[in-house]
Amino acid sequence: MQKIKELVIERTLLASSLITIAVTIGIVLVLSIETFRFFGEVSIVDFFTDTQWTPLFTEKHFGILPLLSGTLLTSFIAILVALPIGLTISIYLSEYAPRSFRKTIKPLLELLASIPTVVYGFFALIVVTPFLQQIIPSLSGFNSLSAGIVMGIMIIPYISSISEDAMHAVPRSLREASFGMGATKLQTAFKVIVPAGSSGIIVSIILAISRAIGETMIVAIAAGQQPRLTLDPTVPVETITAYIVQVSLGDVQHGSLEYRTIFAAGITLFVFTFLLNTISYRIRKKYQEKYE
Amino acid sequence: MFKFWGIFCTLIGVVLLVIFIGNIIIDGISRINWDFIIDLPSRKPENSGIYTALMGSIWILLLTTVIAFPVGVAAGIYLEEYSKKNKLSGLLEINISNLAGVPSIIYGLLGLEVFVRIMGLGPSVLAGSLTLSLLILPIVIVATREAIKAVPSSIKDASYALGASKWQTIWHQILPASGGGILTGVILALSRAVGETAPLIVVGALAYVPFAPQGPLDEFSVLPIQIFNWISRPQAGFIENAAAAIIILLGITFIMNGVAVYFRNKWQKKWK
Repeated sequence: MQKIKELVIERTLLASSLITIAVTIGIVLVLSIETFRFFGEVSIVDFFTDTQWTPLFTEKHFGILPLLSGTLLTSFIAILVALPIGLTISIYLSEYAPRSFRKTIKPLLELLASIPTVVYGFFALIVVTPFLQQIIPSLSGFNSLSAGIVMGIMIIPYISSISEDAMHAVPRSLREASFGMGATKLQTAFKVIVPAGSSGIIVSIILAISRAIGETMIVAIAAGQQPRLTLDPTVPVETITAYIVQVSLGDVQHGSLEYRTIFAAGITLFVFTFLLNTISYRIRKKYQEKYE
Repeated sequence: MFKFWGIFCTLIGVVLLVIFIGNIIIDGISRINWDFIIDLPSRKPENSGIYTALMGSIWILLLTTVIAFPVGVAAGIYLEEYSKKNKLSGLLEINISNLAGVPSIIYGLLGLEVFVRIMGLGPSVLAGSLTLSLLILPIVIVATREAIKAVPSSIKDASYALGASKWQTIWHQILPASGGGILTGVILALSRAVGETAPLIVVGALAYVPFAPQGPLDEFSVLPIQIFNWISRPQAGFIENAAAAIIILLGITFIMNGVAVYFRNKWQKKWK
C-alpha cells in the first residue's frame, strides 16, 4: 500500500515537471501553426525584404524589417545606458564597497527590477520625454530615445547583479597574487577580476539584451506605434512587442490575416530571445564546471 | 578616481528610483481617496475609480496562486529529490531556464490560442490566470529547488535512519524546513504577476469593464491595464488618475516584496 502511494506521488510530481516541457511545445506549436498559415497568404520573401509594415491599412505591406529595426534600436539604446553603469556598479560593489554598503544597496537596486514595466512607461512618457525635449527641441512626443533610456535604467540590476556575483566568485588567491606583484586596486579589478569573471559578465549582458528585446510596455507607451525603418532615435517607431499590443487592443477578427500577423511577429521575437537564452545557458554551464 | 565614479553610478540608480517615485507621488497622491478605490471607471477622469481593475487584480492573484503554487512546488520537488541525472533531467533543466527567458508577451500569444480559443474560456479571469501561472512557473520551480537544496542533508539522513519513506521524509522534514524559502520565491513570483500587463492585453483583458468579475469565467481588467489605458488618454485628469493608480500598484508590489524579504531573513537565520 505504502509503495503504491509513493509511486502515485512520484508520478504526480513528474507530471508537474513535464508541464514545463508541454509549455515549450505549446509555444512552438502555436507560433509555428499560425505563422505557417500566415505564409500561406504572404510571401516569405516580402516578409524579410519589404521595408514597410502596414497590415492594418488598406494598402497592406508585410515587411518585418521596420518592426525589427524598432526593436533593435530601443534595445541598443537601453544597453548603451545599462552596460557602463551596470558594469561599474558591479565592479565597485565587488571590489571597492564596504560590506555594509553592499548589503544595503543591493536590495535597493533589485527593487528597480521589481517595479512593473507599465510604471516605467509612465515615467518615460510623462517625465523623461518632456525633459529631453528641453535639450533636443525636435524630439517627438513618442521616440525610441526616452523609451530606450528608461528601459536601460530598468535592466541595470540585471547586469549589475549577475556580474557582481561572477566577480565575487573569483577566488581570493587571484586578487592576492595580483596585489603581491604590485598591481593597484584599479589594475587588479580591470586586468584580473573582470577577465576572470568574464563568462558571468557576458551571461549578464546577453540576458539583459534578451530582456530588452522582449520588453513590451515601456516601448508600447513611449516609443510610439509607427513602424519605420530608421536609426533616428528622435522619431516614433514601433517594436515587435508594441505591435502585438496594438493589434490585441483593437478589434481584429480571430483567424484573419491581421490576427496571424501577431504570431508571425511573435515567432521572430521568440527566435531571437531563444537563441540568446540558449547561448547564455551554455556559457553558464561551462563556467560552473570551471570553478567546481 | 574609479572609486568616486563607482559610488556615482551606484547612487544614480537609487537616486533615479527616488526621483521617479517622488514624481509619481506628487502627481497622484492628491487623487487618492476612498471614492477613487470604490468608483467604477468613467469617461470623466474625476469620477473614475479603480474598483473593477483592483478586483480584477485580486481575482488574478488568487487564481494564479491556486494554480501555480502546487504545480511549481511539485515540479521543484521532483527535480530536486526524485529526478536522476539523465537525459530527461538535463532537458527539463535547460527547458526551464529557457522558459524563464521567454518574453511575457509570448506567453500571452500561447494563452490566447490555447486557453481563450481552443479551450473556449474566452477573455476570462481564468484564462488570464492560467497564462500568468505558466509565466511564473519557472520562477516558482527555481525558488523551490534552491530552498530544498539549502536544507542540511543531516535532516534527511536522520529521517531515513528512522525508517521514514521518501515521501514521508519530504512531507514531514524537507518541506517544513524549506517552507520559508519556498514562500519567499512564490511571493516574489506573484508580485511579478500583479505587475504584468502585456500578456493579459494579448489574452484579451479589457481596459473598460463595467463590473468587477463575479466568477472565474467573467471578463476582467487589472490595475496595470487600467494604468496603461489612462496613460494613453490625452486629458490631464487621466494622467493624474494613472499616477494615483500607480501609487496603489507600487504599494502592492513593495508590500509583497517586503513580506518576501521578511520571510527570507527569518528563514536564513534558522540555519545559522
